[in-house]
Amino acid sequence: MENVSISIEKGEFVILTGPSGCGKTTFCRCLNGLIPNFYSGNLEGGLEVNGLNIIGKSTAELATQIGFVFQNPENQLFSLSVERDVAFGLENLAVPREEAIERTQWAMKATGVYDLRDKAPYELSGGQQQRAAIAGVLAMRPSILVLDEPTSFLDPRSAEEIIAVIAKLNHDLGLTTVLVEHRLDIVSRHATRIIVMDKGRIALDGPPAEVYGDTARLIGIGLPRVTMLFHLLKLDGFPVTMNPTTVEEAADSLRRITTK
Amino acid sequence: MIIVEHATFHYPMGTDVLHDVSLKIGDGEFIAIMGENGAGKTTLVKMFNGLLKPNSGKVLVDSVDTNDKSVAQLSRDVGLIFQNPDHQLFAETVAQELGFSLRNFGFDEDVIKRRVTKVLTALDLERYESSSPFVLSGGERKRVALAAILVWDPKHVVMDEPTIGQDYLQKDRLRQFIIQLVSQGKTVIVVTHDVEFVAECKPRIVLLSKGKVIADGPATKILTDEKLVAQSSLVMPQISVLMRELKEFDFPHDIIDAYAAREFITTRFKGAIKAAQTMKK
Repeated sequence: MENVSISIEKGEFVILTGPSGCGKTTFCRCLNGLIPNFYSGNLEGGLEVNGLNIIGKSTAELATQIGFVFQNPENQLFSLSVERDVAFGLENLAVPREEAIERTQWAMKATGVYDLRDKAPYELSGGQQQRAAIAGVLAMRPSILVLDEPTSFLDPRSAEEIIAVIAKLNHDLGLTTVLVEHRLDIVSRHATRIIVMDKGRIALDGPPAEVYGDTARLIGIGLPRVTMLFHLLKLDGFPVTMNPTTVEEAADSLRRITTK
Repeated sequence: MIIVEHATFHYPMGTDVLHDVSLKIGDGEFIAIMGENGAGKTTLVKMFNGLLKPNSGKVLVDSVDTNDKSVAQLSRDVGLIFQNPDHQLFAETVAQELGFSLRNFGFDEDVIKRRVTKVLTALDLERYESSSPFVLSGGERKRVALAAILVWDPKHVVMDEPTIGQDYLQKDRLRQFIIQLVSQGKTVIVVTHDVEFVAECKPRIVLLSKGKVIADGPATKILTDEKLVAQSSLVMPQISVLMRELKEFDFPHDIIDAYAAREFITTRFKGAIKAAQTMKK
């Protein structure tokens, strides 16, 4: 990462994307203190979360502010039941029993794993596992959720289901969301902002429809296929004027053009 | 040629992960194995190099029953690249990782060097030759794992979820690389959830659900079959959804990627383009 400056407001839904090796994961690791606490290297500059300087803070301290969800849910779940797994973080924080139970149940309901609470994580499907992992960080009541490619091990149906849960948490709780994703097809409709990193720097930053207009710099990122189609049509002289981010937008626009 | 005949597999004490699977994969074919999480995809491909043997039925690789050979012998012909590169990588540098198998096979050092360089270039990894695989990004480690298998030139190449963590350019590179392997007569078998990648490659799809083969056929047919797609927890390619949304245009159902859609739309609406151009003038 080189000379990166970003400011993310409360409640934003940010997609962080860019070519493999561009610094996305490094950026996320700075947010929860894994850099510099766990990974060695040279960190310069400042990092503030909710007005507090977080450099030098322990990852444990930051866990109550920032919830972190990894690519592979199997790396994040370890208890013999979903409920115990979700409660684990709270037990570590010595949250009083009554409150811990209440928060655990709330988190499991919010992510739709309440009915699975007595199952062992290995008995769950990939999508259910990832929802349980999200419940575990949600129980800590963070104000920010950082998810590093949370859908990449999941089949497309489960991936859509996870994205829907994340979008709902962002919408209902105002949870600030930073989502690292390559599959822009399924996430674009929810994002308020897309940040594209390239070679450790911020290459593009703005609302999806705006960012998707900068074709020259988007070569490395997998645009939603409807957006890609519109770029191709534009090259052929087709009178398209917008960058659709969803199938519905693309369909409306094509209808308007062709029935003129 | 890989032939699976009525293969059934279960882990000790477990229920069937694969149930009566029969399949024939010809040399030089490009196949995507798709299906929901837990459908049995990885279990199936682990039988191709003998890591797992069927409890009943059999698996034949180039006419040899996998029960009669060791994994070490079978690996020479069937290269299996795992989903998680960290299950595979161990050496101190990328070059050592790639040279390891070749040294075991007893190749000369100059041959090893030539092959390693060739594969590193093909997968855009030259600059990491002396890096530790463990400092690379997830996507890069996956490419190193792929390179470490391709370097010994197996006849059949099996990749478990090769597109995870790869950006669009890398996927496109992978697609071209697969086409190249297939044109050399190699069999390429890809286990994947990546519907858009498959829509752009258009391989033959073997669709698994709950341990059984529920469909086998061209990508254009299977990815646009609403029932099959739902049954196996897939989604249709975004372009297919768009084509269906625009019912009134009666788009052919075998259009599943942006390039095919572009061709069709620009031909169909030549008039609109001309009108727009005259208006500009």
